[in-house]
Amino acid sequence: MTIRPMVAIRNVDKTFGSYQALDGVSLDVMPGEVTCLIGASGSGKTTLLRSVNQLHPIDAGAIWLDGELLGKRQVGQHLHLLSDREIARQRRATGMVFQRFNLFPHMTAVQNIMEGPIQVQGRPAREVRAEAMDLLARVGLADKAGNYPSELSGGQQQRVAIARALAMKPKLMLFDEPTSALDPELVGEVLAVMQELARSGMTMMVVTHELGFAREVADTVVYMDAGRIVECGAPTQVLADPREERTRNFISKVLK
Amino acid sequence: MTDRSKLAPGYDDLHGKPVAKRLHWGRWMAAGILVILLGLLVRAFARGQIEWSVVGQFFTAQAILAGIVNTMFMAVLAMFLGIVLGIIVAIMRLSSNPVLVSVAAGYTWLFRGTPLILQLLLWFNIALVFPTIGIPGLWEGRAVDIMTPFVAALLGLSLNQGAYTSEVIRAGIISVDEGQHDAASAIGMSRMRALRRIVLPQAMKVVLPPLGNEFISMIKTTSLASVIQYPEVLHSAENIYFANSRVIELLIVAGLWYLIVVSALTPLQMLLERHFSRGTARRAK
Ligand SMILES: Nc1ncnc2c1ncn2[C@@H]1O[C@H](COP(=O)(O)OP(=O)(O)OP(=O)(O)O)[C@@H](O)[C@H]1O
Ligand SMILES: [Mg+2]
Repeated sequence: MTIRPMVAIRNVDKTFGSYQALDGVSLDVMPGEVTCLIGASGSGKTTLLRSVNQLHPIDAGAIWLDGELLGKRQVGQHLHLLSDREIARQRRATGMVFQRFNLFPHMTAVQNIMEGPIQVQGRPAREVRAEAMDLLARVGLADKAGNYPSELSGGQQQRVAIARALAMKPKLMLFDEPTSALDPELVGEVLAVMQELARSGMTMMVVTHELGFAREVADTVVYMDAGRIVECGAPTQVLADPREERTRNFISKVLK
Repeated sequence: MTDRSKLAPGYDDLHGKPVAKRLHWGRWMAAGILVILLGLLVRAFARGQIEWSVVGQFFTAQAILAGIVNTMFMAVLAMFLGIVLGIIVAIMRLSSNPVLVSVAAGYTWLFRGTPLILQLLLWFNIALVFPTIGIPGLWEGRAVDIMTPFVAALLGLSLNQGAYTSEVIRAGIISVDEGQHDAASAIGMSRMRALRRIVLPQAMKVVLPPLGNEFISMIKTTSLASVIQYPEVLHSAENIYFANSRVIELLIVAGLWYLIVVSALTPLQMLLERHFSRGTARRAK
């Protein structure tokens, strides 16, 4: 018996105006695996993550999450676009962490985490608060529950953002350069939380320039260039012994 | 600690030398001139043809008090409806539905493009166009009975206010970072819920100072409703001076009341602004 992929991306195209940001991208992400996406600026990494989370529609191809087609429904030979409401429901299965944290500034750390479960899932506040406090403890911020984002460091904000995404109990976590906006000494604390999350069996897609993290944590490393996947394989292969010239150039540039 | 003997010589640290107070000549002169001018002004009014006892007598007259209550009632109600309307129109304007966008733009264009006093007169005289109004088959009434001064003033003021408020709120919504929409979507919020829970509360911070301004302006604008016989404070003052000819005294009474009400609102506005800036202004530890 073959295992069903958590994410199956098939021939996805995405253009912005006349610019092709994704060009026939196909990829499988297996349950419990960590896939790191690397590539130069503008190669389409963010666009791919946003497509998986349906933050924008794709032009062609299909994305499946845990066996469910995203954004469309097949009726006989025809495809029907899902309503905004149904797309919002599908998004709940995916958590996303942004480069610029995007915490809600008018809510405290614990309110940020409780917002989704209470407002979107309609769960009782008492139960949600207990879970939120557990999540804060898990990311090492139990004492910061009542602080507003403006009162937290970048690294602390990003850890709250991770807890906020986890509060929805997602099947898949997307990370878009989660440490790029951080001061160097704060990168480690966020990577440590992500590493712990990977060890706990979460399926993750991570856009990152931290090749050390990719080498240590990733099951698969994907190198993208100009909207295409150029190389995809185990970190030992893609990072240490790339087959493609372009991959080799990119890695030597990042390591410099 | 730095070795003192290695520092360059000849630079005194000026320790123990007192700093002389600066004399603010400009400020003293300006204040002096102002006091003289104020004195002249007070003298002019004291000697002028104003019966201050009449001002005092009518300041708390029944009709004047009822007038200021009516003014406030109308201002609060029209502002409330104006804000509700403004939010709806702003959301329509930012939607992806081209029909809604043009309806919203048309509304703003129409009500911002014509004088308020003209709109008030039109609503008040609507019976000339539609003798009966209502919902066909369900309920109908004579326009002259329905379009009382109160209804006409409320309709005119709130529709006009909605047009201005929608622009203020639209600017507030646009000022909220794109990433907030993404974050709200990513936790599975619908567009409307994200707007209500995430975007509008943050927009409020930007929107409140201009809305406070608009409300103050609204309190004074209700005086226009006197032309359609709505009994607000200026209308009451007019009615009294038509009878006793104390024109200036009663205008002063009305003016004082406007000043009192507007002054009372400033601390209220500060409280509201503080509430909606939570999370951005660092709290004192
Ligand atoms: N909303 C948009 N409108 C127009 N062009 C866009 C938009 N989003 C992305 N693009 C373009 O698509 C291309 C891919 O962008 P994307 O953000 O996916 O790159 P990236 O690999 O994430 O780069 P970076 O490492 O800089 O984040 C870029 O050339 C970008 O200019
Ligand atoms: Mg990017």
